[in-house]
Parts: sequence; structure tokens; C-alpha cells
Amino acid sequence: MLPTDLVIFVCLGYVAILFAVAFAGDRRARRDPSGWLSSPLVYTLSISIYCTSWTFFGAVGSAARNGFEFLTIYLGPTVVFVGWWVFLRKLVTVGRVYHTTSIADLISARFGKDPTLGALVTIMAMVVTAPYIALQLQALTSSFQVITFHAGAVTAANTSLEPDFTTAFWLAVGLCVFSIIFGVRNIDVNERHHGVIAAIAVEAVIKFIALLVVGLWVVFAIQGSPAAVFENAPDNLVAPDDTFGLRWITLCFLAGAAVICLPRQFQVTVVENSSESQIRTASWLFPLYLFLICLFIIPIAVTGLTQLPEGSNPDLFVLTLPLNADQDMIALLAFLGGFSSATSMVIVSSIALSTMISNHLVMPLALRFSIAPAASPDAMRSFILGVRRASIVFIVFLGFLYFFLSGASDALAAIGLISFCGVAQFLPSLVGGLFWRNATHGGALAGLVAGFTLWGYTLFLPSFGGAFLMPESVILHGPWGIDWLKPQALFGLEGVDPLVQATFWSLFVNAALFVCVPMFSEPTPLARYQSRLFVDVFRHQADSELSVMRRTARIADLKHIANRVLGAQEAFALFATKGIPGRRSVIASDELISEVEQRLAANVGAATARTLVSSVVTRETISVEELKRLADETEQIRAYSAELERKSRQVEVTAAELARANDQLRQIDLQKDEFLSQVSHEVRTPMSSIRSFSDILLSDPQLDPERKQRFLRIIQNESIRLTKLLDGILDLNQLENGDVEWEVEYFDPNSALDQAIESCEALASAAGVKLTRKGKVPRCRVSGNRDKLAQAFINLISNGIKYNTSANPIVTVSTSLRRGVYEACVADNGPSIPESERERIFVRFARGPMPRKVGAGLGLAISRQIVERLGGKLALADSKSGAQFVITLPATNRSPRGDR
Amino acid sequence: MSSNRILVVEDEPNIVESLRFILERVNYDVESVSNGLTALEQMRKQAFSAVVLDIMLPGMNGLDVLRTMREDSRLSKLPVIVLTAKGQAQDRKAAEETGANAFITKPYSNAEVVKQVEKFARR
Repeated sequence: MLPTDLVIFVCLGYVAILFAVAFAGDRRARRDPSGWLSSPLVYTLSISIYCTSWTFFGAVGSAARNGFEFLTIYLGPTVVFVGWWVFLRKLVTVGRVYHTTSIADLISARFGKDPTLGALVTIMAMVVTAPYIALQLQALTSSFQVITFHAGAVTAANTSLEPDFTTAFWLAVGLCVFSIIFGVRNIDVNERHHGVIAAIAVEAVIKFIALLVVGLWVVFAIQGSPAAVFENAPDNLVAPDDTFGLRWITLCFLAGAAVICLPRQFQVTVVENSSESQIRTASWLFPLYLFLICLFIIPIAVTGLTQLPEGSNPDLFVLTLPLNADQDMIALLAFLGGFSSATSMVIVSSIALSTMISNHLVMPLALRFSIAPAASPDAMRSFILGVRRASIVFIVFLGFLYFFLSGASDALAAIGLISFCGVAQFLPSLVGGLFWRNATHGGALAGLVAGFTLWGYTLFLPSFGGAFLMPESVILHGPWGIDWLKPQALFGLEGVDPLVQATFWSLFVNAALFVCVPMFSEPTPLARYQSRLFVDVFRHQADSELSVMRRTARIADLKHIANRVLGAQEAFALFATKGIPGRRSVIASDELISEVEQRLAANVGAATARTLVSSVVTRETISVEELKRLADETEQIRAYSAELERKSRQVEVTAAELARANDQLRQIDLQKDEFLSQVSHEVRTPMSSIRSFSDILLSDPQLDPERKQRFLRIIQNESIRLTKLLDGILDLNQLENGDVEWEVEYFDPNSALDQAIESCEALASAAGVKLTRKGKVPRCRVSGNRDKLAQAFINLISNGIKYNTSANPIVTVSTSLRRGVYEACVADNGPSIPESERERIFVRFARGPMPRKVGAGLGLAISRQIVERLGGKLALADSKSGAQFVITLPATNRSPRGDR
Repeated sequence: MSSNRILVVEDEPNIVESLRFILERVNYDVESVSNGLTALEQMRKQAFSAVVLDIMLPGMNGLDVLRTMREDSRLSKLPVIVLTAKGQAQDRKAAEETGANAFITKPYSNAEVVKQVEKFARR
């Protein structure tokens, strides 16, 4: 026996050491947040709070009762961690990227930041955790009783003790104090609890060493060798017949679910995670830890069963074996191991749950009913901290209440499994939420409510054995004697292990609703958006909410909220670093609003943060276009429909183009008609003269010869005019169709001009027009056909000659070269062309202001076509008197003989 | 109006010459102008017994000349023989609706022109 005082003293000393570790951890983390406190080893050790007193004491008890069944509790998590790439990696990334504060926060955020879901998950977590905390209190209390009560030999009578509620109460108080001091110092949950995690890591090491020491002592000191253990083992224990059945699979599954869904596991694995390397290491180190813990369970159980008196409580073998052998130091170490495993679980659970309670239960209500103090920034923060502290006390004493009510009658393992099955209800929403894009808020809510209800009905309430809410008659015969409603044989599922059937019914209905409800409900745009963020976390984390949300809020209002929740100092820093273009602006940008919401979410959870920010947002729209774009990327069907939409738009565009082309064709058709009628007119005019004069000549043989001669000349001239007209039409047609290849060469445009002047000289002198060439002749060359350019010049010059009515008619040709542009100007001093006619004269058959003397009215049209085909322009320049036509052509200023 | 003067409104010198020849041959006095405005001016200045009017004229076209004539009380009764290269049905219709007495398309038969002038010109 160990004196009570000594045990209490050792406990207090141990707690003092933990305090010191936690304190040092906090201080160190403030100086160097990325130091060894963030190392994968510490992270892994903190995850080992999975091994509570249920493991430390209960695993041996389970092995003593059911052989290898205890292994399932460690196989499930091993599978989850070894296969971390499949699920844990995504879960941890989502938690880290979106500053998740708890499992309730994650589920509520995933389904559109819904406060109802957050509250529901929190309540469920509270109810589920209470038995688990009760289990720790029970383990702590009975181990304390055993180690202080025993005197030498352990008898069956004194190993099953009446529960000592007084000890349990004071233990609960002590746990509250420790959790409050180290768990709720700062309200930023995402600012990791380095101190607590450090202390938890120390406790993980202590419980590991304690179990290892007891195991080694049992194997080598009591049994002599590992082989001896198995020789002494009862046959039914190590040679299992019916171990690997439905119950085995169910337990593996539940354990695997629990290592993710338990609020405390979520806290250490997801919330406290700071990098992927941590989880990478934990993926092998944590299973190794579990393996080593399990190594000595069977030997201890075998030894306890064979060495201790019949009827000894196997849940306490770890403690009673050394006590029985008067190994006080080993017993004390074993007690400390159990103490460590129980306290670390309660501390982390209460911290995790206090966050959930304050963020998802108290804050939303306080905000709705304006209970939260709004007056001063500090009041708000201390309100939140107060809520968290009160929550810790509440949770621990909820566990105490369960302990009190259930009478501590059950074996440790049974209590733990009730909790496991309860938290497994989160699994469909959690896994589905991360991997199934179409999962909806309605499905999650329906599944959780139904699963939780069934769990309560088939497993939780019956666990009180009629002492709480559900009378014993209901458990035995069903409500109102309805047989198929019996909680432990629902719908006639008789003869199945109660845990298996409870797990089956609750999770089956839960998952079925989760899958089916989305068929009948549409997610809100926000939920759809969150779904994309979470499911595609590896693809889209760079996109922030701001691209989708269009919100308007006053900076002053945002500041006020940030002050209240973050504290003045942090809020100031946030607004100062977030630059905010224009401090003078009163309206906050989308970026700022999102940033503030994100920072608030890290403190009070996504749903509450949203409520807070929404209270000052005056206008909120979700950009449908953005949303559609995002959705299109991921959703095949949407992509397909977008494709269809695009196609139909294309068809519309094509139709419009066709209509336009049709219009053009009609236009061209009209032009063609017009052209035909013009041609016919132009042909009819000379034909008229020809016919009329030939009529005269035929009908009047007596005509004097002079007249006869004159009329014949007219006929001849008009025939020539007709021929020219036809030539012109054909030329123009060729030019317009561009279907005749020109010989292309580099030539001096001046040579074409000289050629044109030369061929017009006869016409000019006949008409008495002075044809002159002015200015320098720039040396350059252009690309094209020399003869065609000459033709264009001839048309311009002959127009200047033919239509010149001046008394002293002059046609002047001048050239220049400027910046790679060759310019030739043909100017006359005849009548100037009115503004309104300037463009029209280039249209074929257009009549100038002058009565036409000769020509078909195609000259300018042809010239323009030629020049344009040479890449240049023909235009009429502004001039006060006469007409001045300018041809511009792209040219190089190298010598035309440069490379010829 | 006992004048036997005919006004030829035509911008093609060769056609004017041919019209002048065939009309003078049957003892009409022929005045010719090459655009619409001058034509109206001439008509108001002196009496004509008929007008031979081209449609495609520089500036004011023949139909406008005709319309102006028909709105002018002094010229409204003056016979007009439209002589045009625009020989399509709608051109003829437009000319007749505006008030042309005869419509001859180019190329024309000399006999037809003389016949129409004789028909409408009151000597």
C-alpha cells in the first residue's frame, strides 16, 4: 500500500511539472513558433491522446475478457494513418487552409456556414464526450482508490470498490483548473495551444514508459520469458474462435472513425496541425506508438488472470499486478501512466468542446439576443473567454454527472464504445463533405439528426440500464411492448451484438439520408461555393472568397467588430497591414471584408464570423458569373451545358453572319442591277448617235458631201467610244475580281509617270493644254506593275486635259517622297469639284459636274482600283481651284537600280 | 402659241446635232440646251411648241425639269417628249406620271421622234 498523502504529493508534483512544461512551451512558442514545439514528434505524441485510460487500463481488461478484440481499437486508426494520403491529408489541409477551429466549425463551414449544423454537431459532441470523460474520471478514481487502499495481497473483494464520488469531484475540479489555465488563454483558437500540447506530449511519453515498464516487468520478472506467457495463457484467450466476426469489423470501423471524428482527436490532428510534414511523420510514427502500446497487453492480461485471485477487476491489472508483488515504484509509475492518459484526454477534450460551445452555441445566441457586450472591445473578448472557461467546467461536470448516473457500473471498454459509435455519426458529413461535391446542408442535417437519434435510442440510453430517461421495460420489451421497436433489436434484428446493430442502424440511416436528401434540395450559392473550396482544396485554395462575394460594408463598422473580437491591438495591425487603398475611403473592399471574416473565423468559427460580418454588411451579392465559372471548372454537367450554350451562341453568331452575308449579297445584287442599267445607258447613248446618223445617211442620199463626211466621222467616233467603254468595263471587272495575275516587279514609279506624260502629250497639244512636270524626281522604287500604274496616271492626266475649261489650261504633275511614301500629284486649273462630289466621282459612270465630252466615266474608278491593288491610295486633294488628284504608294528610297 | 420652235434638252452634242438635223429638215426651229436649269430659263423666256427632254442630265435631271414645268402655270401645257436611254418600264411609267406627253427610248428612230413632235407641237 502507498500512503494517500504520498500519492497525492506525487500527483501534485507531477501536475506541477506539467504546469512548468506547459508554461515553458507557451513562452518558447511565443519566441519561436516554428521551433521543436511544431516538430512532427510532438505532433504525433499529442495525437496519442487517443490512448486514454481506456487504453492504459481498459485494453488489458478487454483482452482478459475478449482476447484479441482489443486490437481492433488500434487497427482502425492504424489503417487511417497509414492511408493518410487518402483522407487525412485532405482533412488536415482543409482545416489548415480555412482556419477551422473544430469539427463543428468544419462541418458547418462546408455546408454554407450554417449555424444550425454547428450547433447540432456541438450538442452531439457534448453528449458523446460526456461518457468518455466519465470513463476517465472512473479510471482515475478507482486507480487512486486501489493504489491507496491496497495492503499487499489483492483480493477480489477489494478490487471492485464502490465508486468514490468525492475523489472524482476533486479530480474534476483539478482538471478544470488545468484546462482553463492553459487552454483558454487566448481566444484565437487557431493560434495553437503550444503549452498544452507540450504538456500532453510529456504525458504521452510517461504513459508509454509506464506501460512498457509494467509490460517488461511482467514478461521478464514474473513470467521469465515471452514464451512462458503463452504457455501459461488460458486457451480461450489466445486461441480465438469467434473473434473475427461482424463485431471485429464494426469495432475496427468505429475506431477508425473515432480517430478522426472525436472532438479531441480533431483538435490535435487538424486544428493544431501546422504543416503537412507533421501528418506525414505521424502516418508511421503514430501506428508504431500504438503497436508498442499493444505489445504487452496480452502478457499483462494473461499474468493477471493467472496470478491474481479469481474475480479481480481486469481493468486494473496494470496497477494491481505490481501492487500484488509489492513493487511500489512500478505501481506508482503505472498509476502516473494512467493519470497521464486520463488527464490529457480530459484536458484536450474540454478545450476542444469549450471552443465549440462558445463558437456554435453561445455566440450565435448571444449575437441574436444581443447579450454579448458591445460597449467596449475588451468586454467582448473577456465575454468570449468567460464563455470558454464556463464551458470547460460545464463539460467536465457533464462527464461527472454521467459517471454519477451510470453508477460506474460498466466496464471501461463498453463506455468508450458508446462514445465511438456516437462520434461515428459525424463521419458521413465529414467524409462526404470533403469528397462529394453535391452533398448538401439538408442531407447533412437530416443524416446527423437521424443518426444521433438512433444512436441515443439503441445504444446511449440503454447504457444507463433503465436509470435515465429510458425505463428498463422499454429496453427489454420495446416501447408500449412493441417488439420490433426494442432498442437493442430494432426492426427485428435479433441475436446481433447490440453495438453492431446500433452502429448499423444509426450509420445506415444517417448515410442514406445524407445521400438521398440532396436529390430533393438545392444548395445555396454560398454552400455550393464552400463545397467547391473544400472538395477541391488542393486545386483552389489560392482563390479566395472575394472573387465570388460582392459585399459592401463601412470600414468603421468592420473595425468595430474586429476590435471587439480580436482586441484593439490586433485589429489595428490587421487594418494597418491590409493597406486598404485610400485610408480616406469609408467603404471596405471585398478583400478587406473577406480578410476580416477570415480572421474572425479563426477566433469564433466560420458561422459566427459570418453572422458578425453580415451584421454590418449592407449589401451582399454572389457573383453568379464567377460562381458559374468556378462550377464549370469542376462539374462535368455544367461544363457540358456551358458548352451547349456556347455552341448555340455560335450558331446565333453564324446565323447573324449569314444574314449579314445575305444582306451583302443583296446589296451586291442591287449594285449589279444598277451597274447593268448604267451600262445599258452608257451603251445606248453612242448607239443613239450611230443609229440616228446612219438613218439620216440612208434616208437622205442627196446630202451634201461635207455633211455626209461629218456624220460618218461621228458614227466612227461613237463606235470607238463604244469599244472603249466595253474595254473599260472589262478592265474594271478584272481589277475588281482581281483574278488576273499581274507581273510584279520593283520599278521606279517615275518611269511609269514619264510614260504616261509622253502618251498624253499629243492629246494635250491638240486640246491646247499645257502639260508640265514640276519639282524634284525622287529616286525610289515601288512594287507592282509598271504598265498598270502608267494607265492610272494616263487616266488622271487625260481627265485633267479633257475637262479643263480654263482659258489658259494647264495640267501640272509633281512628285515627292516622304517617309517611305511616294506621292504623285496631277493638278489642273479647270473647274473645281464641289465637296459633295468628291467621293462620288470615283464611282464608275459617275458624272462630273461637266457635260461629258468623251470617255465612259470609268477612268477614275479604274485608276483607283489599280492604285489600291498596288497598296496605295488615290484621292482628291483639297484645292481652291481646279482638281488635284493625288496618288500615294508605299516605296523604298533605295535606288531603283540597287539590285536589278 | 403659233411658234414652231422646239427646245432640245440634251447633254450629248452628237445627239443634239442629229435631232437638230432631223427636226430642221421638217421645218422646225431648234434651240438646244445641255442642262435642266438653262432649259427652264429658256422656256420662260420664249415660247416653244414642244420640248424634247433627256432624263440623265448633269445637275437637275429631266424628271425634275418636267415636274417644275407641270407646276408652272405658264409651262404646264407645253408638250414634252421624253427621250431617254433609260428604257425600262418603270422609267416610262415615272415619266408619264410626271406629265410627259410621249416617251421615246434611245437609240431612237428618227421617224418616231418626228412623228411624236408633229403630234404634239402646235404650229
